[in-house]
Parts: sequence; C-alpha cells; structure tokens
Amino acid sequence: MQEEHFIVALVEDRPGVMQRIAGMLRRRNFNIDSISVGSTEIPGVSRITMTVHGDRQTLEQVMKQLNKLIEVVKVSELRQAESVVRELALIKVSVKNERARAEVVQYASIFRARIVDVAKQSMMIEITGDEEKLSAFIELMRTYGIVEIARTGKVIMARGARSVRVRETR
Amino acid sequence: MAEMKGADAVVQALEREGVEVIFGIPGGASIPFYDSLYSSSIRHILMRHEQGAAHAADGYARVLGKAGVCSATSGPGATNLTTGIANAYMDSSPVVAITGQVATPFIGKDAFQETDVIGITMPITKHNFQVRSVSEIPEVVKKAFHIAQTGRPGPVLIDLPKDMQEGTAEVEFPEEVSLMGYKPTYDGHPRQVREAARAILEAERPVILAGGGVIISGASEELRQLAELIPAPVVTTLMGKGSFPETHPLSLGVLGMHGRREANHAVTESDLLIAVGTRFSDRSTGMVSCFAPEAKVIHIDIDPAEIGKNVRAHIPVVGDAKRVLRQLLGVLGEMRRLERSRSWIEKVTLWKKEFAPELEYDDVPLKPHRVIKEIMEFLGEDDIVTTEVGQCQMWAHCYMQRSKPRTFISSGGLGTMGFGFPAAIGAKVAKPEVRVVDIAGDGSFLMNIQELATAVENGIDVMVAVFDNRYLGMVRQWQELFYDRRYSAVDLGSSPDFVKVAEAFGAFGIRVERPGEIGDALKQAAEAGKPAVVDFVIERECNIFPMVPPGKCLKEVIG
Repeated sequence: MQEEHFIVALVEDRPGVMQRIAGMLRRRNFNIDSISVGSTEIPGVSRITMTVHGDRQTLEQVMKQLNKLIEVVKVSELRQAESVVRELALIKVSVKNERARAEVVQYASIFRARIVDVAKQSMMIEITGDEEKLSAFIELMRTYGIVEIARTGKVIMARGARSVRVRETR
Repeated sequence: MAEMKGADAVVQALEREGVEVIFGIPGGASIPFYDSLYSSSIRHILMRHEQGAAHAADGYARVLGKAGVCSATSGPGATNLTTGIANAYMDSSPVVAITGQVATPFIGKDAFQETDVIGITMPITKHNFQVRSVSEIPEVVKKAFHIAQTGRPGPVLIDLPKDMQEGTAEVEFPEEVSLMGYKPTYDGHPRQVREAARAILEAERPVILAGGGVIISGASEELRQLAELIPAPVVTTLMGKGSFPETHPLSLGVLGMHGRREANHAVTESDLLIAVGTRFSDRSTGMVSCFAPEAKVIHIDIDPAEIGKNVRAHIPVVGDAKRVLRQLLGVLGEMRRLERSRSWIEKVTLWKKEFAPELEYDDVPLKPHRVIKEIMEFLGEDDIVTTEVGQCQMWAHCYMQRSKPRTFISSGGLGTMGFGFPAAIGAKVAKPEVRVVDIAGDGSFLMNIQELATAVENGIDVMVAVFDNRYLGMVRQWQELFYDRRYSAVDLGSSPDFVKVAEAFGAFGIRVERPGEIGDALKQAAEAGKPAVVDFVIERECNIFPMVPPGKCLKEVIG
C-alpha cells in the first residue's frame, strides 16, 4: 500500500554527508517528497527529516540503506498520529490597496501567522503549522497574488516519552 | 606524539595495519607519498594501468581475506581505479584505495589532473575519506581499514591532497577507532536462530544456498557440518563457489543463469531454502516471482539491507555467517531430531547423475569443456583459479569443480571483463606457493593484457588460459539465441597473435589446437619459469549451456 512515511535520521555533520544520502536515494530509485536538515542537541550531529512515499517494503529498504551509510548514526520511523509535524513558510504577498492589506492582516491573525515585513506593495508573512494549515493559508493568499514562497520542509518529533537520540553507549 | 610529514604518517599507518604490498602507479599528485614509500618495507608493485592495480588488490584481498591496497594519482589515475573499486564493492571485497589529489588550495579550481574522486566513488565505496588535516591521517587510515575489513567488507578510498602529504604535524597513531554510526551485528538473534532451527526440523525438502558470505566469514566447516547434520544438498552462487566442496556427495554445484540443472531443480522444488551470505542476485535467482516458489526462506546475512531486498525472507537472521551457523548447530544439537525421509536426498542424487555434464570431447577445434576438464585435473585443490567475464567465466563456473574456499576468484556482481588477469597477479602475490590460472576469453584478456609487463618484470608467474574464439562470445551467444543471429559488433577478427604477444612481453606463449596437446601445453606453461599464456583455439560458436534465458524461471532451462 502506497503511503506517506516519516523518517528521522541522525547523521554526523561532515562535508558530503548530504551528498551521500541524496545520492543513495536517487541511485536506489527512492522517492523523497520532502527533506529538511538542522542541528541537534549534540554538537556534530545533524537531524534529517524526510517524507517517503511508498509501501512498507520501500520504507524498510530506505531505512536500511540509510543505516548502511557510515555517517548515519540512527534512523527511526515516526508515525504521524503519534507525532507533532511542523513546517515553516515565508510568504510574500502583493497588496495593491489598503483593503487587501487589511484583509491579509486579518487572515494572518486568524491563522496565527506573523507579519514579518511590510513594504508599499507587499507583505511578508511567517506561518508555522502542519501541511493542511499551510496549504489552506497559501490558498487564501493566492487571491491577492503570491510573489514568493519559501518553505522549510517538515520537521517532526514524537509525542511523549519517545525520542530519537544518539545512545551514549554507542 | 611525533612531528611527522603527512606522507610518512600515511606509510607508517599502512605499516601498522600490516600492509605488505601495494599495487599502484605514481603520478604528480602522489609523488610525496611514493617518496615516503621508497624507504618503507612495503613492497610496491608497479602496474601498467590503474584498473589493473585495483583488480590486483582485489584478487589479493580475496585470497587472503585481508585488505588489498592499491594506489593511483589524482585525475585520470583515480578515474582509472574506479572500475576496480566498483568491482570490489559489488563483490564485498576489502580493498583500500589511496589516491593523490591536487593541493587543498587548488581543489574546486579545475586544476591540472583534478577530479572529484570523492563524489565519483561515493556510490561504489563502502565509505571514502578526503584528508583535511595532516594530524588526522593516522585516524583516517585506521578507520579506512576498519571499515573495509569488518562487517560486510568493501572498498574504502582515501583521497590525499598533495599539501596533506607534504605538510607536517604532530601525529598520534590510535590503537582503536570508534565510529558512531558503524556497529555491525555479528551474532544472530537467539529467537531467530531457534525459529530457523525449528523450520529446519520440519522441512522435508531443505536446500542450503551458500553465497560469498560463507567464504568471507570462513564458515565452510560450519556449513559442511550443517549440510551433513540435516542432511541437505548444497548449491552455491558464483561468489560462493568453493565454500562447499563440489566433490562432496551433497554438493549440487552452482545455481543460476548458467547453473547446474540439478542445483536449479533442487531450489525450485525445495520447501526450505537456507540462504547463507547471499544477496540473491538476479543472475542467481532468475525471475524472482518463480524463485523457490514452494520454499520458506531462512536468510542469514550480515547486511540487514539485504534482507527482503530481492527475495522475501520468512526467517531473517542478521549476523556473521560463521557465528550464526555455529549458533544454529548448537540449537539443532539440543533439539530432538526428527526422522527425515531419505527420499529427497535420493531424488537430488539421481538428478546429479542424470545431469552430469559431458566434458570428454575430442573435437577440433577444441570444445571448451575438454579444456576446463584438463585444467581442473591439472590443478591441485589449493591452486587458485581466477576468471575473466563471459562464456569463459561461465564454463569455469558451471563445469570446473572447486573444493576449497578462496580458490575461485571471479567478478560476480559487476561482471568486469579484464578482471581475471590482474586479479591473478594479486592472487599470486598473496600466495606465491600455489599455481594461479586465469580462465580468460580473448576479448577479456585484451582488456588488461598490458599487465603481462607487470607479471614479467616482477616475476609473478601466473598462467593465462585463453579460450580463444575470436568473438565477444557471450554477446554473440545472446545474439544467436535471442536476436536472430544478427552478430552485431562481436567479431574480434584475427588480431592479435596471443603467442607472439606473450613472447613480445617476455612471457611464455603456446597455442593449442588439438585435445591431445592440452596436458603437455599446461605442463610446459607451468614449468616455463615465467608468466605464461596458453592460447586454446576453441570452437568459435560453442555456447555455454545449460542456460536460463533472461526473465525466465530457474526451471526453464535451455540447452
């Protein structure tokens, strides 16, 4: 069954590690919908969040092949229902008149987004949330004219006691 | 701690790893490394092409089960190594490749002989390193050998920018290294092992499928014990050839596209397949959907990523073949043995008799079968056979019995024409006391024939048995069978004269055209006191059969 899966990988922060991962995914014909990278609580270790489309077997292979890379320290699957999924987007919207400006401000407030930059002809909005929230807001902004969107890709963390960390004993 | 030049640190680190031989060719970006090597006890064998260096290191590694080392300069030297590195990667061979690189300030400037060897070799190495500071050299070398030789072995490349070789720093040689993301699993999970044992006791038609992992982990003795205890017939892959004596009553030989009929039949009819150290290559399985259709599959492999990659495993056991087989033997020893009917063993034994190949041909031009048979009889069980790739390889694979591990060295995964001869050189350097014969085709031999100079200059007396049909024979066979005999670009014509080529290089050369001359020619070649080329003129359009056509099931054998 084709589904969306979330994979979190902790990797050593070394030159070329992203190329290794990206190259492996391409070479083995895996489809990645979204990928994001950032630092973690441990210096020298980065966290990669990716969403993979495919059946269970594909997911298992992606995880095993990731694990096989020497600089990949840990790989976990996180289930959407048991996790918090967030993405951040910066959206530049053109606002041609005062009425448009007022409406955009109002929508931003309803979505708990923030206006982070204002110019004569445009506004920049920062919004955080899950896929549905971001899509709904972006759809609304289209009426005014979107100049530019920058999205971070999803980051995800398990709820409760479960965590993805480097074990001390390793 | 000691103040040291980078190149000296590399050489000293290699010495500490127990490196005795390096196969390589120097160049501009590796001159400092070669300068340090000049005063080292490490023997350097100057090859004539870097591809040969990588294959020689690979052959050396496969014979000894420890890392083989090759070296090349930056740019073209490094790119020439890549075929050999890819070959080692596909066949899980521990090769450490050392490449020179332009000095750090020139990296990324498209400098003379600069190439991104790290980027190029990422998908064909187990791991690779570019040295970024002189002081990290000992640790990098230690890590490289550790990664190459442990877990599922594989090639590791170390890229050495010229300024890292020339620069000096305080260096320290670590006794051990630890890698956060690399901890291979050696012991099988006890629950999985017990489940495997139960499946074995319940099976009526068990078959053991032994792959290259059995040889790598040195598990031949455990494998034999298991086969005799069950008892179960044993089939091997190309990479597993020699892991179980093919002279053993329970051996059914090799399976796959050009496997033995009895082996392919047994796998197809088995109700339990005990696969050890194999990745289920498509050349071994034929069409996967009809591979071992009635069998429960126990898959023992050290690489978790191989489990479920090509063939579904009902009982996976991740671990080292030798350790897991020992665990399995232990558990089976404690369990009450069920009486198994002898009918399965009797059945496969009958197949073995029925499908025994005819090798005793008297034809002129020679039938390759006859040549294989005589070479087989000529060699002792410790002698080593390497192969090129194509029909010659498959004739040896199918018909030449080997009874000891590490005595059949072939390019399995990558299928590299030109592998066998330099690999034979590496094998002979590893074990000078045994005979080493490369089973070659004329097409393959020509791809690295320049290494005759290496063999002659260094007194590495290997023998090349050329199965000379003046065709790229395997392609021709496919064109005959599946492309309506349209022989496109496969005729190699009459050049060269291999006897004269051998002589021009200073080697011994002899041509054999009649079956009665084979034995004497082999003897002369072996006693020539120099590298030898025996040119066997074989029937031009002789095919390698049996054959499972591409995309077919193992039981759909033709020929």
